[in-house]
Amino acid sequence: MTTPNSYMNGPDERGHFGIFGGRYVAETLMPLILEVEKAYDAAKADPSFQKDYDYYAKHYVGRPSPLYFAERLTRELGGAKIYFKRDELNHTGSHKANNVLGQILLARRMGKKRIIAETGAGQHGVATATFCALFNLPCVVYMGATDIARQAPNVFRMKLLGAEVIGVESGTGTLKDAMNDALRDWVTNVEETFYIIGTAAGPHPYPVMVRDFQSIIGREAKEQMLEAEGRLPDQLVACIGGGSNAIGLFHPFLDDKDVAITGVEAAGFGVKTDKHAASLTGGKPGVLHGNRTFLLQDDDGQIQDAHSISAGLDYPGIGPEHSWLHDIGRVNYASASDTEALEAFQMLSKVEGIIPALEPAHALAHVTKIAPDMGKDKIILMNLCGRGDKDIFTVAEALGVEI
Amino acid sequence: MSQTRLEKRFADLKEEGRGGLVTFVTAGDPDFETSLELVKGLPKAGADVIELGMPFSDPMADGPAIQASSLRALRNGMTLSKTLDLVRAFRQDNQDTPIILMGYYNPIYIYGVDKFLTDAKSAGVDGFIIVDLPPEHDDEFCIPTMEQGLHFIRLTTPTTVGDRLPKVLNNTSGFVYYVSILGITGTAAASDSATHEAVARLKAETDLPVAVGFGIRTPEQAAKVATVADAAVVGSAIIDKLRENLDDDNQAKPGLSQAVLEYVRTLADGVRGSRT
Repeated sequence: MTTPNSYMNGPDERGHFGIFGGRYVAETLMPLILEVEKAYDAAKADPSFQKDYDYYAKHYVGRPSPLYFAERLTRELGGAKIYFKRDELNHTGSHKANNVLGQILLARRMGKKRIIAETGAGQHGVATATFCALFNLPCVVYMGATDIARQAPNVFRMKLLGAEVIGVESGTGTLKDAMNDALRDWVTNVEETFYIIGTAAGPHPYPVMVRDFQSIIGREAKEQMLEAEGRLPDQLVACIGGGSNAIGLFHPFLDDKDVAITGVEAAGFGVKTDKHAASLTGGKPGVLHGNRTFLLQDDDGQIQDAHSISAGLDYPGIGPEHSWLHDIGRVNYASASDTEALEAFQMLSKVEGIIPALEPAHALAHVTKIAPDMGKDKIILMNLCGRGDKDIFTVAEALGVEI
Repeated sequence: MSQTRLEKRFADLKEEGRGGLVTFVTAGDPDFETSLELVKGLPKAGADVIELGMPFSDPMADGPAIQASSLRALRNGMTLSKTLDLVRAFRQDNQDTPIILMGYYNPIYIYGVDKFLTDAKSAGVDGFIIVDLPPEHDDEFCIPTMEQGLHFIRLTTPTTVGDRLPKVLNNTSGFVYYVSILGITGTAAASDSATHEAVARLKAETDLPVAVGFGIRTPEQAAKVATVADAAVVGSAIIDKLRENLDDDNQAKPGLSQAVLEYVRTLADGVRGSRT
């Protein structure tokens, strides 16, 4: 049920969050996108769809993921209590499984015979390849050539799972270019193919669909936090590339006015340089990949290349709902640089025995900045959305270590 | 209302009893001067309508040839306002050949819709094909375009069936562009019978001229299409010809325009011979 004066009512029937969102796609795709929307609405209303989702979420993905009180880290920083929502413990190593599970069940419902996906860090690609193996569907993953080089373990993982990984050379060979080529594939094979978009962006209904599937993070966390502390946290923190893990954590808390919410973008070499991925901090509204949202672009409306040490955040756009939440001021968006993320990455490994992915290491970098100044009675809840096994080569290289 | 340049062109073609040739080139590929020379030569080489690509960094509906073409233009400093400069320069000595700008919405959105329409109209643009603006977003650019007396030309595809077709045809003017395949530009070509059927299906729903494109590479193919449709659109094949005349640094070799225009001439001859 929606209520007036709620932050949780969006989008409207045309997929708009304020001026953001929409469906800016080629005509070839429009009928299919309308079909996806219809099928998704029907699935939502069908208890058997939710039952299937719950079954695989519990027995295959391993949900609910734990809520963990990071006691040593809390002591180390000397301020607010820090909790992690441990989505890095999901099968496939990140929050991406929550969304892929939902979309692949929808694809099966629609009788689609082939799955395509784009991937940056490879986390979404691995999750998609995993569920395609489980459900015996052919899987094609588009991945930028640059990302293939820096995320070799995930590329090999996808291949082991039976997926075909197609390297994308155009642009800078990162997530944006992979998404372009996935859209080109979809236009060409529109009848039998389902495109599993990995982040809360793209044409409507993708942003809302991805948000809904990822919201399991926030719903569980809310319940777990009430059980652990008897109250809601004071501050939520999550990293943002396209923003799917963040919207998943944030959405169920949007109407809890006393909960402050911060999304952390990738500042790369710094938001004042031309090498970052902070679309909200350094971009302006534009239209790309099927939606209107904040984009890194030049004065002529040409999309600029993003940069982040984390392949998963290396995207010049952001989900439209985040653009809206930024615009209306409900969520505060900060940023953390490559260097800060690397420090946080090492710190968590040593202090808590958890090697985080470079993506949530950005969120953690922000936590290390704010926690010391908050009272010991305050609570921070951070989404630890992925594990760092895939990143050890990148980190070793950044630290000048040969392995 | 008096006839627009585009309407007059299709009316003349009908009178002549032949199909037309619509040629696509990217504005500013490989550089502004060469591109202008090429565009200026197109009418004489037999192009009936000029489709001019507005370069975009992320042309999602285009195949490798036009992607590369767009990037070449951008690397050489092409912008949306220079694309309008190019049209303006072309109009200095041509008042008859319609120019349709084709591309993606973001550069226009950033330029500002109202300012862009005013500037495009005064430069001598006749209409637009904007790939990522389906009828669901008509209020944003299509309606303002029509209010300026310019044409908004819509793509219809093999997936535009049932209730969708009237929706797509609504607010379309000038002509309808039928994309004959599922896919991106410059890849496969449709079968003759499929094209024939599709054009018949469109003709049953609209009085607008129908142009057919995607995958047409030879004078023979262009000729065949021009027998069933009001015009054949050729893009990637022309861009490929242009690319053959670039050096290793993607700069124009001497004689680029002549070589490309000769090829356009063969297409035009094909189209002109098709209904005799």
